[in-house]
Amino acid sequence: MSDTKTAAYICKGCGLGERLDTAQLANLAESEGKCAITRQHDFLCNQDGVGTIRNDIDNEGVTHVVIAACSRRAKTEAFNFDDVALTRANLREGVVWVRPDSEEARETTQEMADDYVRMACAEIQYMHQPAGNQEAGSNKRILVVGGGVSGMTAALESSKAGYEVLVVEKTAELGGWAAKLHRRVPTREPFADPQDAGVVELIKAINDDQNVQVFLNSTIVRTSGAPGRFSVDIGTESGTTTTENVGAIIQASGFRNYDASQLPELGFGQSPDVVDQAGLEELAKQANGKPIQRPSDGKEVNSVVFIQCAGQRSNAEGHLPYCSGHCCNTSIKQAMYFKDANPGVDTVVMFDDLRTPGNGEDFYRSAQRKGVIFTKGKPQGVNKNNGQLEVKFHDMILDEDAIAKADLVVLATGQVPNSGADIEQLAAASDSEDTQNENAELTVPVDSILNLNYRQGPDLPHLRHGFSDSHFICFPYETRRSGIYTCGPVRRPMDIAQAAVDATGAALKAIQAVENASVGRAAHPRSGDLSFPSFRKEGCTQCKRCTVECPFGAIDEDEERYPVFNESRCRRCGTCMGACPVRVISFENYSVDTVGQQVKAVDMPDEFDEKPRILLLACENDAYPALDMAAQQGLVYSPFVRILPVRCLGSVNAIWISDALNSGYDGIMLMGCKKGDDYQCHFVKGSEMAYDRMGKIDDTLQQLQLETERVVTHEVEITDIHRVPQLINEYAAKIDEIGMNPFKGF
Amino acid sequence: MAKKQYSFYPGCTSERKASAANYMVSVNAMCEKLNIKLNEIPDWNCCGASIGYAEGGELPRHVMNARNIALSEQHNPKQDIVATCAACWLGAKESSERLSASEQLLADTKEVLKEAGLDVQLKNETPIRHMVEVLIEDIGYEGIKEPMAKPLEGIKFAGYVGCQTNRPFGVDGESFENPMYLDKMVETVGGEAITNYERKVTCCGGALAFSEPEKSQVQIKDIIEAAYDQGADMIVTPCPVCQMNVEVYQGQINKTYNTKFNIPVTYYSQLLTVAYGGDIKQAGLDGNIIRAKRLEEIASK
Amino acid sequence: MNTLNTAMVEKYRNDFLKEVEENVEEGHWVKMCMQCGVCSGSCPFGPDWEHPPQEIFMMIRAGKRDEVLATESMWMCTSCYNCIVRCPRELPITHIMHGLANYAHRLGLAPKMNPTRRFAKIFWNNIAKTGRVNEMALSLKLYFMDGFASGVKKSLAMAGVGLGMLKTKRLNPFTLFRHKGVEKPKQLQAMLKKAKEIEDRRKGLAS
Repeated sequence: MSDTKTAAYICKGCGLGERLDTAQLANLAESEGKCAITRQHDFLCNQDGVGTIRNDIDNEGVTHVVIAACSRRAKTEAFNFDDVALTRANLREGVVWVRPDSEEARETTQEMADDYVRMACAEIQYMHQPAGNQEAGSNKRILVVGGGVSGMTAALESSKAGYEVLVVEKTAELGGWAAKLHRRVPTREPFADPQDAGVVELIKAINDDQNVQVFLNSTIVRTSGAPGRFSVDIGTESGTTTTENVGAIIQASGFRNYDASQLPELGFGQSPDVVDQAGLEELAKQANGKPIQRPSDGKEVNSVVFIQCAGQRSNAEGHLPYCSGHCCNTSIKQAMYFKDANPGVDTVVMFDDLRTPGNGEDFYRSAQRKGVIFTKGKPQGVNKNNGQLEVKFHDMILDEDAIAKADLVVLATGQVPNSGADIEQLAAASDSEDTQNENAELTVPVDSILNLNYRQGPDLPHLRHGFSDSHFICFPYETRRSGIYTCGPVRRPMDIAQAAVDATGAALKAIQAVENASVGRAAHPRSGDLSFPSFRKEGCTQCKRCTVECPFGAIDEDEERYPVFNESRCRRCGTCMGACPVRVISFENYSVDTVGQQVKAVDMPDEFDEKPRILLLACENDAYPALDMAAQQGLVYSPFVRILPVRCLGSVNAIWISDALNSGYDGIMLMGCKKGDDYQCHFVKGSEMAYDRMGKIDDTLQQLQLETERVVTHEVEITDIHRVPQLINEYAAKIDEIGMNPFKGF
Repeated sequence: MAKKQYSFYPGCTSERKASAANYMVSVNAMCEKLNIKLNEIPDWNCCGASIGYAEGGELPRHVMNARNIALSEQHNPKQDIVATCAACWLGAKESSERLSASEQLLADTKEVLKEAGLDVQLKNETPIRHMVEVLIEDIGYEGIKEPMAKPLEGIKFAGYVGCQTNRPFGVDGESFENPMYLDKMVETVGGEAITNYERKVTCCGGALAFSEPEKSQVQIKDIIEAAYDQGADMIVTPCPVCQMNVEVYQGQINKTYNTKFNIPVTYYSQLLTVAYGGDIKQAGLDGNIIRAKRLEEIASK
Repeated sequence: MNTLNTAMVEKYRNDFLKEVEENVEEGHWVKMCMQCGVCSGSCPFGPDWEHPPQEIFMMIRAGKRDEVLATESMWMCTSCYNCIVRCPRELPITHIMHGLANYAHRLGLAPKMNPTRRFAKIFWNNIAKTGRVNEMALSLKLYFMDGFASGVKKSLAMAGVGLGMLKTKRLNPFTLFRHKGVEKPKQLQAMLKKAKEIEDRRKGLAS
């Protein structure tokens, strides 16, 4: 530690100088904070202020920097010194902006500032400048799994950006479902007529692209490694296997059609004249612009009924609960196949809610102009009567039962994702096997897409209804396996146009991943972070909590069941660190100590001062920004709270809680993102883990004969600007009610 | 300022001893003060009104309006056609739009007009406008204020815009759901506008007033009740059908619903005339069945 | 009249939508309705309609010709244009309702006793006679359309209204005897007659 030199810089700008005794803060940094250099500056983020710091680093040998000024989220470009360990004491958004400028508030406001300087000085002593991931892989090739529109688009977009691409396609041809279409929904003004699917051109572009290598009749037999250094075994139908190294993977494995034979009540399987949308595309392709003939007897179709939402948007057994998004536009398009060939054909689209996103509204109007009839009705059954199909339905506008006669009935069924094995089910199955056979191998089902050799299972975790997604608004394309991205209908139901956009997004993500991986940086959401977790092997008890709880499957186990960190797969959330009961996991700049020492550094007034202390551990993704924004709006909260940002609530180690209670804090608040099915946690499972763990803290509190209200957890969104100070104030009142922590002073 | 000239389409209700005769009186007085010259279209005919469709059909209705437009083009060339009645404005404007959009209809119309030695050009040189459009767009609120001699201080007006002055064409690009021009006009001449009058654009049931009076009177009752609820002293409207329906049936409504309605229903032109210093007669206030006493007080000061 | 109706049934068979598109003013818009129901919810007399516009459009598509043409519904329209300005598809609903009413009336299928239908007929005849509305004649004709006794009764009920109008010089009893209309009413009548002939010819309604 001899070469460590810490400097503290106290800014007097933005009113800090007027509101706070900065000389006292400098004093604290020097005496308690053990800083070799302390400087006050009138305007620290200006050229002179930044220059002062730079000069100290370059010429005075400063290795650790404490900046006591504004929030760590402000002035990040000015205070960007990437060659030192750095921390920020938040005196502006954390203190003066949330406190009234009054004489009676002066003392408690100063106490807040004092504590934040103490905390920063305590933290910096345990921080190291991250050295970057030594395991960095520098392979920048991108593997695309699936040769449909999504996969081909992802491949071409990656290639255009200068990256080498491998495309693995299970079948003998590129093109996927789109190649089976007669026409596609229009993509251009005036959005009035079906247009060529454009697949031939796409395939040609792939074949002409020197950067793209295609493996047909091939599947992924095994995937191992991490971003920047994946190793993938590609197996062909004939049994040969080639091993390829890639930097990132885009899974565009698409969808399969819902099995319409589960809908006998709608006539599928009962009559050949009842088809699904894919079946109709086949008939239309055969007809090729001439009148479409019905399968049973080849008679020209004079009347056709499209039944929307067949077996989907329904909670009935075996149905899909979701909307597949494209089927309304698809039926409109297919109705036009008939109308364009012969305007005299009766075409009825029977819908409950017609959903035509994007320019589909224009397409819908075009169909109405062409005379396609749209009937709001609930189908009750399809039967054959005297050689003609009859669709029984309830007309929802006229509120009466009616019958529509048709030569052909088309069922608009939904998309089922090709997302491979459900690893949660696999895990549950293997748990039960474990009880019988300790050495039971995980049986990989035939339909695994990636065959990952991760301990967490062979495929990407499913989010909902079998789709592999992470969060469809906040971080699309991301999956819970770093360096592997999904796009197209495997991620959520979608049409060709959406899949193409999706593929482009995923390609960008993959490019970002290989670039970050090659320099040892983290990917989303701590993009650019150079720190990574390490563990002290001698202290580890091989409990497996870190490997199980890592939301991203970044940690494997070796033969002795010690954790094996795949740094490149790691998102740096610290959930492993929060999980570790023996506290052996740490990051260079974020550890049990960097936080724990801050908790302890706060000056604890004794019981009779009537100054409680509340520790607030705030997630840096949503809660901390919300607090900053509350400060920007001049909202006031209790001066007794001390806020400590954490990477994710998942990184909160129980020791911090018990240490805080032991050292006299009267209450502890945790603020993290929304958990559960509609989670907003940037690390997927982090906030949920924290809730689970804090549930167990209740027992500890009861053992200590403390009120369970001493530790509370809140879900907070970034927009909760007014709610966050309110929560703090309510909690301060609550603490006032239940009284001071009896452990104070012990 | 030079006199602004318009080709004027007064409409049936504005005739002497017709239901909106007093509207016409006040419009004349108002235009005098605002330096507006109205050149009546000679030998104009009825627009067919909204109810004309049932027996009249499509082409005959357009012919009625095209005849007026043709006469205007012939006698008042290059002058905008201005109507004071919502139905006249709407009928003429609707026919003009429909004929402009259909070559067939226009050709048929021209053929019929030949009977009277007339022709219609519809080159859009003479837009068809409502009097309030002339006030707002050509004169402007500042201009409306200019001749003011007696602000209408202390009177609370519920501005009842009604249907056809408002829909489907609208005035000055204002919202169909909450147009503000009538309120602004009231405030411009010193009155107090109830800007959130909730029946501002409610239909008075005009077309059913004769045939199914019990239905239309429910509408009228709501319109008046809402005005009273907001403390209105009187209602002001730009439409002769609205004016008549809301005014004349109050007695019958009182009988049916045991209410005590007695609220004056005035025209914007009456407000402006009084504000400009006109007397009771010039403002046509003697034509109101329920006398607008507070306006009359100002007018006779 | 009935021969006209029979001819139309013959001509269009079961395709009522096509019949409406070809013969009803703005009828070609019917197929564009997207069944959102905003029109029905916006109509001031919505609850009084046996079939609100949304339903009428659906019935036309479902081929319910007799029900549509015989309903009183369209006759409830007050031409307030609320539906037009609110329709997200910008259908000219008011005009379609007028057109349907007119068509039903032309075919003799509109409800005979519907008061609005009868008023509309009286009104048009009133204006077609001289070119301008004769308010006095219109009111009296209306009150007496169900016969003398009923007319007296209605007139008495409306006496207060009429008296008020008379007193304020907004009703002229003398127009009963001499009403000033356009200068050449005969010429106007001829024009309207010709217009009707052309329209009937265009729509195949000429008998």
